[in-house]
Amino acid sequence: MSPLRVLFLLFVVVAASYIAAPAHADDLPGLLSGLAQSELKPAVEALIASDDPKAKPVLRALAAGTLYKRLDNDAIVTGEPSGDMVIITDVLTDEQEQLKPSELEVIALDDATRAVLENSGAAAPPVEETLDFAGAVDKLKTDSFDDKAKAIQRLTELGDPRAIPVLQALADGRLFVRKTDGAVIIGDRSGNDTRVTLAATAEPAGIVAPGDLDALFINNNLRNIVAEAVGRMGLLNSDAATRRRAADTLIGSANDQTLPLLRDALAKETDAGAKAAISMALASAEIADADKARRLAAIGVLSGSTDLRVRSMLQARMAAETDPEVKAAVKTAFDSAQRKLEVIGWAVNLFQGISLGSVLLLAAIGLAITFGVMGVINMAHGEMIMLGAYSAYVVQEVFRAFLPPSVFDLYLIAAIPVGFVVAGIAGIIIERGIIRFLYTRPLETLLATWGVSLMLQQLVRSIFGAPNKEVANPNWMTGGFELVGGFTVVWNRVVIILLCFAVLGIIALIMKRTLYGLQMRAVTQNRGMASAMGIPTARIDALTFALGSGIAGIAGVALSQIGNVSPNLGTIYIVDSFLVVVFGGVGSLLGTLTGAMGLGIANKILEPMAGAVLGKVIILVLIILFIQKRRRGLFALKGRSVET
Amino acid sequence: MSGFTKSLGLAATLAIGLGLAAPVMAQNTIKVGVLHSLSGTMAISETTLKDTVLMMIDEQNKKGGLLGKKLEAVVVDPASNWPLFAEKARELISKEKVSVVFGCWTSVSRKSVLPVFEELNGLLFYPVQYEGEESSRNVFYTGAAPNQQAIPAVEYLMAKEGVKRWVLAGTDYVYPRTTNKILEAFLKAKGVGPEDIMINYTPFGHSDWQTIVADIKKFGSAGKKTAVVSTINGDANVPFYKELANAGISAKDIPVVAFSVGEEELAGIDTKNLVGHLAAWNYFQSIKDPTNDAFIKQWKTFIKSDKRVTNDPMEATYIGFKMWSQAVVQSGSTDIDAVRQAMYGQKVKAPSGVTSVMNTNHHLSKAVFIGEIRPDGQFNIVQKSPLVKAEAWSKYIPESAKLTADWTYPWVCGNCAKPKF
Repeated sequence: MSPLRVLFLLFVVVAASYIAAPAHADDLPGLLSGLAQSELKPAVEALIASDDPKAKPVLRALAAGTLYKRLDNDAIVTGEPSGDMVIITDVLTDEQEQLKPSELEVIALDDATRAVLENSGAAAPPVEETLDFAGAVDKLKTDSFDDKAKAIQRLTELGDPRAIPVLQALADGRLFVRKTDGAVIIGDRSGNDTRVTLAATAEPAGIVAPGDLDALFINNNLRNIVAEAVGRMGLLNSDAATRRRAADTLIGSANDQTLPLLRDALAKETDAGAKAAISMALASAEIADADKARRLAAIGVLSGSTDLRVRSMLQARMAAETDPEVKAAVKTAFDSAQRKLEVIGWAVNLFQGISLGSVLLLAAIGLAITFGVMGVINMAHGEMIMLGAYSAYVVQEVFRAFLPPSVFDLYLIAAIPVGFVVAGIAGIIIERGIIRFLYTRPLETLLATWGVSLMLQQLVRSIFGAPNKEVANPNWMTGGFELVGGFTVVWNRVVIILLCFAVLGIIALIMKRTLYGLQMRAVTQNRGMASAMGIPTARIDALTFALGSGIAGIAGVALSQIGNVSPNLGTIYIVDSFLVVVFGGVGSLLGTLTGAMGLGIANKILEPMAGAVLGKVIILVLIILFIQKRRRGLFALKGRSVET
Repeated sequence: MSGFTKSLGLAATLAIGLGLAAPVMAQNTIKVGVLHSLSGTMAISETTLKDTVLMMIDEQNKKGGLLGKKLEAVVVDPASNWPLFAEKARELISKEKVSVVFGCWTSVSRKSVLPVFEELNGLLFYPVQYEGEESSRNVFYTGAAPNQQAIPAVEYLMAKEGVKRWVLAGTDYVYPRTTNKILEAFLKAKGVGPEDIMINYTPFGHSDWQTIVADIKKFGSAGKKTAVVSTINGDANVPFYKELANAGISAKDIPVVAFSVGEEELAGIDTKNLVGHLAAWNYFQSIKDPTNDAFIKQWKTFIKSDKRVTNDPMEATYIGFKMWSQAVVQSGSTDIDAVRQAMYGQKVKAPSGVTSVMNTNHHLSKAVFIGEIRPDGQFNIVQKSPLVKAEAWSKYIPESAKLTADWTYPWVCGNCAKPKF
């Protein structure tokens, strides 16, 4: 017999034995088909006896009445209602699907089977084990957010101070599972490696590559639970600032568990700032106390605060309060908070208006020079801004690649001159290459520069790719501080306001105090006369255009901090820039300043009332009407050539 | 005058020459049209999809093409210009004689090419999540309908984060307006009062978000858990998120769930202050699945960059392309009507790890994922739904609840209240 034939025979025998083998009645699919065919009692008894891990959930679902048969294929599934649909899970394959209740049939228990089921105790919910600290830390490894919540709950119940760093790491995304042995560890990035510490024992465990770690993620709910737990534990910290921050996070989120803790902390507190924060947190919890005197005292503490959380708490209390005396007190406190917040609201609008105005001003100063001084309608002005923003991106990447991380935050300072030079050089090329041939033909200049703008956009798209580029805010520009309740002053806005005025100041100096500035003004006022006086008008033109473009580059560096860096960046600002220059008056720096600030503030006052879209429309209509009255804008330039 | 006639004659000769040359070419290859903007505002998103189609064609050609013929991509650039989309679509179908077109991103571009595809009986695969309320005989929609993205996301926030107060913020155009209309009706059906819903629209490319972010903060401090449902589009997102982060609104206080922000958009933002904000999609790059691993690897090799990410519309393009190839093989031809018939019931094991199915309403059954932004710009999946069948017509808008889209007998209609036959 050839080996092939032996193999074939062997195959036939094996195949036949498979076909002949009777279906095992006591494996899970067999038992489930028993359930489907309504031989309920024997099937349930066999399931109770079965040691298949999937048998228990099936029995539990059966007892709860959530075990179904699918009508289309008779599969046994567990179901969970969700709205008017049922989310089902196939018992054997764990696959989930969404079905209508009409597509399912409940597997109902008869009394005898129910008795069997209940007596066996197999359908009882699984017993919760009590865990020690290390056990609870280990439980964090699960993928289910519900189970993670339980583990976190357990960690906080234990009151073990070792839990704080673990929970903090969890909140910061620094808690990992080591792939090699499944240990839960806290990781701290340093360069490309991660220094790790065992979470359960706080022992250092060396340095590992990031690829060996699986991060433990949490969702927003857990983040809140962790923050509350860390805050509560932070009340016991020895550092007053930490205690104050902890108390602050508890305003509005304090519960029955934290109440005694807060009272204790208040009695022991010596630091004035922390004491105020703790009493606020305590009052925020006691405002709903059963005792009327306590409620009144709490309202007394809370009134006068402009914290938005406090205002919303007072508002909620006002609706829920039944006692007339307390209700009156709440109302007074709420009204006074409301009045203060209204005043703050106006201040916020003003600040935002100035901030928007400074952005507009930065974008428009360059244009005010090229358009205002030279009379060139430069449609590529927006692209000069874009070049500046990309310069900031390149400088940032260079800092990331070649310089130590400690100086990274300074990249923005370095980017300002780079942006100026890059956009300035681009400006000179455009002026010498195209615009100087078209000085007497404004319409053609407009079309030519528009073409240049499209080419520059596509050029940048080809070099850097179409997607947005990430330009990070340096740390000193991130975040903000709360000046008073509800008024957050954002650092990057403050920096941009300062930068904008610095740029404006420098340009004013150049224009008024330097020879170049004098010549430039002369050319603006009367080109022919200036030329006759020996001023090299062509050179002045090139320099002026370069200056205007360079300043647009600086604007781009600044705008990269608040907006996106993409090839389309310039198109967003070009229309607004022209508006500012036309409104403020062509050729006048003071006009540009007033125009930008006026537009910014008007925009921010109109926006809350009319909405962003309508607000813009109103502004546009107002400007058109204004230009009808004063053709030269707010501050018209006087000179012989401009008058003609 | 004679010069004019001469050049006219020349043009005619040229046109006839081209006309004669085209069918000879078409014999050897199957032409696949790619109608994505490569310049202008939408290039930022659409260029990636062009590359995805090219990658899929490349892969199919390595396997020997389809029906023994190689695939040939015909790439045109409609330049983010809506009327140009229609012109280019006409060019692809009548001049280039393509067998299928993959293209469009914005709804307005789709609406602009729709009459062309219907008139010339073309075939378009549209890979982007959209507002629904449409089903054309000549379009297969592989992106999400509102019930596959917006509604599950809102349900998640209601159930899991206990949100009671809603800000619906969007860019002012058809997708956000329709989606918000559906969401508003849905929220009201769930018992949310009108005083707990704030709707806000901003122009395209809105860059100054100070007022709106301050308003959201104020709206969110009325004692009820508040969330923002964002249909803010493309370019406006970066300044919006930067402002949110700087104003100190964290996902713990007011989570923002977005329908137009994916891996690609986040690549342009510094995400360390955005951790926990959400997005709802039918695909995330972080999904752990062998098909997904292969897809990511294929993309990174094709685009020759380790830094590029994959996203939902790319996956939708992948599903569309695979389904179209399967339908071509199954029907044995590239004839539009035959392929359309073969499309119904096509199944593709998608990178999302789920087997997507094409339904007779020209939309897919897909799973919905809710993800939270991670510090590395990827998403941490917090919920995965079972397969959800797309509803072309929303049941939450009274006038469209009556309509059915079903392109098989007896309906054969995209917007009918009763069967045609």
